[in-house]
Amino acid sequence: MSKILIRGAKVLGGAPQDVLIDGEFIEAVGTGLSAEGAEVVEADGKVLLPGLVDLHTHLREPGREDSETVLTGTRAAASGGYTAVFAMANTFPVADTAGVVEQVYRLGKESGYCDVQPIGAVTVGLAGKKLAELGAMHESAAGVTVFSDDGKCVDDAVIMRRALEYVKAFGGVVAQHAQEPRLTEGAQMNEGIVSAELGLGGWPAVAEESIIARDVLLAEHVGSRVHICHLSTAGSVEIVRWAKSRGIDVTAEVTPHHLLLTDELVRSYNPVYKVNPPLRTERDVLALRQALADGTIDIVATDHAPHPHEDKDCEWAAAAMGMVGLETALSVVQHTMVETGLLDWAGVADRMSATPARIGQLAGHGRPVSAGEPANLTLVDSAYRGEVDPAGFASRSRNTPYEGRELPGRVTHTFLRGRATVVDGKLA
Amino acid sequence: MDARSSDSRTQAPARPVLEGPDIARMLTRIAHEIVERAKGADDVVLLGIPTRGVFLARRLAAKLEEITGRAIPVGSLDITMYRDDLRLGPARTLARTEIPTDGIEGRLVLLVDDVLFSGRTIRAALDALGDIGRPRAVQLAVLVDRGHRELPIRADYVGKNLPTSLREAVKVQLTEEDGRDAVLLGLRSAPSRPGSDAASSAAEQTVPADER
Amino acid sequence: MKRHLISAADLTRDDAVLILDTAEEMARVADRPIKKLPALRGRTVCNLFFEDSTRTRISFEAAEKRLSADVINFAAKGSSVSKGESLKDTAQTLEAMGVDAVVIRHGASGAPYRLATSGWIDAPVINAGDGTHQHPTQALLDAFTMRRRLVGPDAGLGQDLAGKRITLVGDVLHSRVARSNVDLLHTLGAEVTLVAPPTLVPVGVETWPCEVSYDLDSVLPKSDAVMMLRVQRERMNAAFFPTEREYSRRYGLDGDRMARMPEHAIVMHPGPMVRGMEITAEVADSDRCTVIEQVANGVSIRMAVLYLLLGGNEPALTNPRTEEK
Repeated sequence: MSKILIRGAKVLGGAPQDVLIDGEFIEAVGTGLSAEGAEVVEADGKVLLPGLVDLHTHLREPGREDSETVLTGTRAAASGGYTAVFAMANTFPVADTAGVVEQVYRLGKESGYCDVQPIGAVTVGLAGKKLAELGAMHESAAGVTVFSDDGKCVDDAVIMRRALEYVKAFGGVVAQHAQEPRLTEGAQMNEGIVSAELGLGGWPAVAEESIIARDVLLAEHVGSRVHICHLSTAGSVEIVRWAKSRGIDVTAEVTPHHLLLTDELVRSYNPVYKVNPPLRTERDVLALRQALADGTIDIVATDHAPHPHEDKDCEWAAAAMGMVGLETALSVVQHTMVETGLLDWAGVADRMSATPARIGQLAGHGRPVSAGEPANLTLVDSAYRGEVDPAGFASRSRNTPYEGRELPGRVTHTFLRGRATVVDGKLA
Repeated sequence: MDARSSDSRTQAPARPVLEGPDIARMLTRIAHEIVERAKGADDVVLLGIPTRGVFLARRLAAKLEEITGRAIPVGSLDITMYRDDLRLGPARTLARTEIPTDGIEGRLVLLVDDVLFSGRTIRAALDALGDIGRPRAVQLAVLVDRGHRELPIRADYVGKNLPTSLREAVKVQLTEEDGRDAVLLGLRSAPSRPGSDAASSAAEQTVPADER
Repeated sequence: MKRHLISAADLTRDDAVLILDTAEEMARVADRPIKKLPALRGRTVCNLFFEDSTRTRISFEAAEKRLSADVINFAAKGSSVSKGESLKDTAQTLEAMGVDAVVIRHGASGAPYRLATSGWIDAPVINAGDGTHQHPTQALLDAFTMRRRLVGPDAGLGQDLAGKRITLVGDVLHSRVARSNVDLLHTLGAEVTLVAPPTLVPVGVETWPCEVSYDLDSVLPKSDAVMMLRVQRERMNAAFFPTEREYSRRYGLDGDRMARMPEHAIVMHPGPMVRGMEITAEVADSDRCTVIEQVANGVSIRMAVLYLLLGGNEPALTNPRTEEK
């Protein structure tokens, strides 16, 4: 059966409508559409969004298949309502050559759960010394347009300047992990009241903000586009706001966890809260929400960072940094942005689908829900309330900071080019 | 020593069986007996078992001094960490052990306590004493012996033998601690063995083997 | 209910006073011919030391042995830990051997808290120093030393340190001793002032219950006790201060500075001292300096803590915060 009728869905949170899918495309959007010859999905007032796009996912393959593979990661993505993810380059080996990005690209194609767009490393081995073959990665079958040393900061100002300039030749974008390395030597958590008390090495906000300030000025100077990964401080927001007001071509992302969690949680010394950049203060959280609402921050990106149990079941200092996020991102955004009135569902579609696809220049994703568009769609039961249970995750890893926390919303259906990858909340 | 233990355990209002003058008389008598039997009490050291045993020891020492005209060394011996039921309740607050300057080596140590019941406190006191020195002999003086011994221990000097049932609780009050001198007899909340009752209920856990 | 001592901040005023009072009784055991008490007979305590610290380990060991506990010493160096075994596996292995309590020293802040709260083991955990976080028995022995010297061994019974002015000088940023002392001294009613170069004061100190000063000379005349913290020479290389000489000149305690302290005031140091750096020999060897007393008091305090946590079937301390978290 190639036709699917989604009946009574609130498209982008609007009035209930029917959406008819034929093959890989949306055939019609309207009311009272005929179900003839179509499989019917009763939406019953659920919210229909364009398939979500994550500009910042760690799929771990190749190299750390014990924590995630392209297959398990894309299954997790589909479960969370995503139809495309950008796979970060910090794998083993590093995705700094055409060979590695093509491998990841091919694994994504084979998985069939969502599209995988590899991100290429900016520098060889993420070492920050020598530019990787950015052009070759762009021209490879993977068609890389986003480059990032994520996990490491491109801290050398000259290398960063050259990278920003070089990718202009083919319209690429550098996504910076803003972390001044000297200021964060031995850093374990946000530097402030809590770190002082807990005796954990402080990670000052200025370590992030100084790099962002430098990079927006570099981007302005060389006339390039720059993307800032996982903004985490109120100060970073101010800098990006200032840069945009000057017309600098900068985009920025925020993670779901930085929209909700604060460094107070670190008092438990539970490494499930250990993440890079670190959880900040309530003031930062509120500034980030506001910035996402007013567009200073362009998108939500998960920074989905799977780690095996043993890397978190230990003392804080020994633990790995990162949290899984694909399967909880939409719920956290509903909780922090929609239910606070900061963003409507159309805004969610913009921040989690349309704009990330545009920044990553990913065709066929983040499109309007209208006739003729590719049928990449996510159906959300926004009335649902439930506790997060990691045992039900499709990801290979369970390092979620939300275990046992009640969050709203649940993805019941995900469609990738007309094919259901998630049906009734279960992977198809 | 264990302030938590006393009054909560006696349900019915306790009635005094001995009053201040009785107690004073008994202590005087015991003092005379000591002088007589210890042949002038030349080498006697009094060690009271906290809390009330210490006050009784001091009173006895004063009386002995009256009789003999000599200063009688008096101190205290905390037995908390030597109790056989230490693990049956929360860790107990320690009391002071104060050994007189000349020690107990080769002397006649007279242990003083308020009530003799199971005998377990005195067993603990003998153990504690062993870690401090080697007396010539150890004797025991108590204000009240209420019976129900669980160990082969007896007192050398007894103020009053007070036959009791296990349902009853004996409570000694002394001016230094309680504002008045009296021995009270009341009912305890549940009948139990004198020394082995500690594990029987939470309320009883704070109750030492002997009445204190 | 668990029974742990993880942070000095977990202790209520009454708990702390009870520990000090108990330590006062324990101290008297040192004067006896047989320096031993039977309170922990048949209990096995493991000293789990992931960081070298001979003096703290020996102090705990002496305390444990005086209370008749069986003692197992585990040093990470040369053990399975150096072959990559995790804290969790090490702790579970020891518990399987029948350990009744774990005294842990660890280089990572929060490791004892993690051990006590993660469900890895059931045994009580006593923090013997974790990273730059806490060292609660050190704070207790310091408070004990202050109470004995400033109030009196007998007069101090049942008393706290209300109104005493205590000054801590040195590397506050990297000091678990400073954190523990600020918490405990505040609980005991003392007025605490931290003195350090601004580079060695943590960001976030403003919420601590103490004053902060950069000027030692102005604070000295108003101090009942001055505690000098150890300053590692390596800090110099990380630009925390320019030279050893400059540090000594501004923040070291010498005879001239000591003379500015009130007559009754004492000089304390958690050891090991870096003579010539934070303290001169003249001060360290003066009778106002309590370093040796602190060592002796450490054994009494650790006996008190071990007895109160392990002596009964449940702890005598309320310890509410760690249980809640």
